Amino acid sequence: MEATHAIDHDHGHGHPTGLMRWVTTTNHKDIGTLYLWFSFIMLLTGGTLALLIRAELFQPGMQIMRPEFFNSLTTMHGLIMVFGAIMPAFVGFANWQVPMMIGAPDMAFPRMNNWSFWLLPVAASLLVGSFFVPGGASAGGWTMYAPLFLQGGISNDMTIFAVHILGISSIMGAINIVTTILNLRAPGMTLMKMPLFVWTWLITAYLLIAVMPVLAGAVTMLLTDRHFGTSFFNAAGGGDPVMFQHIFWFFGHPEVYIMILPAFGIISQIIPTFARKPLFGYASMVYATSSIAILSFIVWAHHMFTTGLPTAAQLFFMYATMLIAIPTGVKVFNWIATMWKGSMTFETPMLFAIAFVCLFTIGGFSGLVLAITPVDIQLQDTYYVVAHFHYVLVSGALYSIFAGVYFWLPKWTGNMYDEKLGKLHFWMSTIFFNILFFPMHFLGLAGMPRRIPDYALQFADWNMVATIGAFGFGLSQLILLVVVLKCIKGGVKAEGRAWEGADTLEWTHLPSPAPYHTFETPPTVK
Amino acid sequence: MSDHQGGGYYLPSPSGWPIVGSTALALFGVGMVLWVNSVAPGGWLVMAGLGVLFYMMFGWFGKVIAESESGKYNAQVDRSFRWGMSWFIFSEVMFFAAFFGALFYARVLSVPWLGEGDTGAILWSGFKSVWPTAGPLGAKMIAPMAEAGAGEFAPMAAWGVPALNTLLLLTSGVTLTIAHWGLKKGNRGQLILWLALTVALGVTFLYFQATEYHEAYTKLGLTLGAGIYGSTFFMLTGFHGFHVTIGTIMLIVILLRCMKGHFKPEQHFAFEAVSWYWHFVDVVWLGLFIFVYWL
Ligand code: HEM
Ligand SMILES: [Cu+2]
Repeated sequence: MEATHAIDHDHGHGHPTGLMRWVTTTNHKDIGTLYLWFSFIMLLTGGTLALLIRAELFQPGMQIMRPEFFNSLTTMHGLIMVFGAIMPAFVGFANWQVPMMIGAPDMAFPRMNNWSFWLLPVAASLLVGSFFVPGGASAGGWTMYAPLFLQGGISNDMTIFAVHILGISSIMGAINIVTTILNLRAPGMTLMKMPLFVWTWLITAYLLIAVMPVLAGAVTMLLTDRHFGTSFFNAAGGGDPVMFQHIFWFFGHPEVYIMILPAFGIISQIIPTFARKPLFGYASMVYATSSIAILSFIVWAHHMFTTGLPTAAQLFFMYATMLIAIPTGVKVFNWIATMWKGSMTFETPMLFAIAFVCLFTIGGFSGLVLAITPVDIQLQDTYYVVAHFHYVLVSGALYSIFAGVYFWLPKWTGNMYDEKLGKLHFWMSTIFFNILFFPMHFLGLAGMPRRIPDYALQFADWNMVATIGAFGFGLSQLILLVVVLKCIKGGVKAEGRAWEGADTLEWTHLPSPAPYHTFETPPTVK
Repeated sequence: MSDHQGGGYYLPSPSGWPIVGSTALALFGVGMVLWVNSVAPGGWLVMAGLGVLFYMMFGWFGKVIAESESGKYNAQVDRSFRWGMSWFIFSEVMFFAAFFGALFYARVLSVPWLGEGDTGAILWSGFKSVWPTAGPLGAKMIAPMAEAGAGEFAPMAAWGVPALNTLLLLTSGVTLTIAHWGLKKGNRGQLILWLALTVALGVTFLYFQATEYHEAYTKLGLTLGAGIYGSTFFMLTGFHGFHVTIGTIMLIVILLRCMKGHFKPEQHFAFEAVSWYWHFVDVVWLGLFIFVYWL
């Protein structure tokens, strides 16, 4: 270790081994690994719940479960996927990549970093454990709307405290990331030289710090309404259940950008690498990301068009929502322009990235459709909405996570992953994804409501198709597990610059696998 | 690992404190869930959770203070702490914003809607939408600070204890700044005297707030259950009071540290962090005074 690197010498250089290594670690790479594995376990957990949902919906009529349990499944599926799978995965990427990409020795607050992670299993246990308490898990939807959520049993309190703990974890994680980016950049790494992944995380972390406390406030009000006699959401006491929706979606819409901005970042690293061209319109990407973040605070009521908003408010939120499509369009344009006349190759990360561009855009367009108030009044709470947010979240956020895993596995493990299996994973996922979710557009347009365990006969065919797609998609994810495990065990050795087109610091300055401590002396960036 | 020289960024070695903190929040969370549902060991688990949490804070902050005093933190680490604390305070601002948002939404929009138009008249006939209110089926409002009978509540007036408390907190902001000047000039006497005075003002504030709550519950009929007015009143002032309590504890900690001779005129981040926090609590109070008590 170089002399310029200060380390706590009460404990010397080494670190504990075995389980205690992971419990006490202050190393950003270890913590990143923990986040990613945690997220994968949650993905499988939430995925299992989804398969149970689809099994029930395979045919009309009540087949395999009670309706209350079905409601618990949709609720927990949403909560686990949003807070357990997608968000922690991106924090895992941030942990691994941000210090390496900006030439920092670690995260700014390594101990707090450890705590941010180790709060997650606590929260996840509360959530998953709530299935086993009297009354079953929360069943009011992941959005926890009053008055439904004010009724219901002890599991709702477990959900409330789980959300609190997740919030503490996210806020600490975000503070850590912002501080790292603002204060630990290597000399010469000016803001406008930062890789786009770092930029998107800077803005995401800002959003997290701004809205997670609002969610904490919302669930606190639920708690006091449930147990301490307050009337925030009770009209008889002068409150208003719609107020919950306002507070929730003030958090909720920025939250969907929290789940997609880091995805934009990952995609913006991958496409230039495999098109062997610099990213088209770097500065416009930064500005587009910032404007999306700012606009995301003033569009929340597009989730509430059917609550009886005043007309002026409906118009305002409709137009504001449509405005967001502009910076989003700028991004899609830039990705395509980056590929234009590039010398492209199609390794697995690139395949997922290209699929992201195509499929996320479908989700963006269906969002635009939903933003039109009179249309949304028809489509609110139908499967069209389900189709929309799965196109942005699965083929958007999750695909970027897959792309990023394949892209950086060589750097993390020192080995190349199995390209054949990777491609198989990609094609299976993409085909089954579309079989699963595309028909939901038809179902929604035909009027099938979401969050209902039974349905009218005319919806039977497409539901059967969707369920087949679901099981195919779910099982395909086991391929990913195999690829990752194989890659950790061995394989073709990866070079430092495993991808010839990659030009960020972790590829140009570090060997593969990246050593346990990196950039203890910051590199100089020209 | 030999010495650290030059511009090294201090990286702590593996630490057991975070997992202790997670254990604390697990106990606290499970305890709260049981407690609010009146299930037996809930209260004990909450206490145990808080106990472990304090133990963790003691150990963790103790370690940070020891590292800081032994000069391990260079200017870059100091800047990290500054960014960290600023963003933390921003998150606190947003937490209060949620409750202020609820207050404004109720006052400006939803309470008027309850009384307006046909639906209001059919659903809640005779309900007049004024502020303060406990809602159509809640207690009836009477004159501020009047003795309330059954089914009545009296709002809290601004120009008694709350005005006094405003004065106390604003003054405490000034005394804290004078203490800070003392620290920067290297005048320990001034530092400790004015810091102690700040603590005293904080404690007095809390004492007055406690008497105010006592009066609200025993005389005014104003409780958490007094409809939307009681809800917003107690949740806003309650969370604020909780923050003042934390701020006061932090002030006491740095007072003790000052008395032990900690901090240098040119490097004293912990002192500044506490004073930022204290000023933040101050500003929130001004918002409360204006929108909860006065207008
Ligand atoms: C062009 C951009 C987008 C537009 C215009 C848009 C618009 C909308 C609208 C209007 C709704 C409400 C539909 C309804 O409930 O009736 C909606 C729902 C939703 N959107 Fe988007 N959206 C966009 C992008 C995104 C992104 C990027 C994500 C996440 C990564 C996302 C996630 C969601 C989710 C989760 C819901 C459903 C929430 C629920 O009710 O459970 N959207 N979107
Ligand atoms: Cu939205």
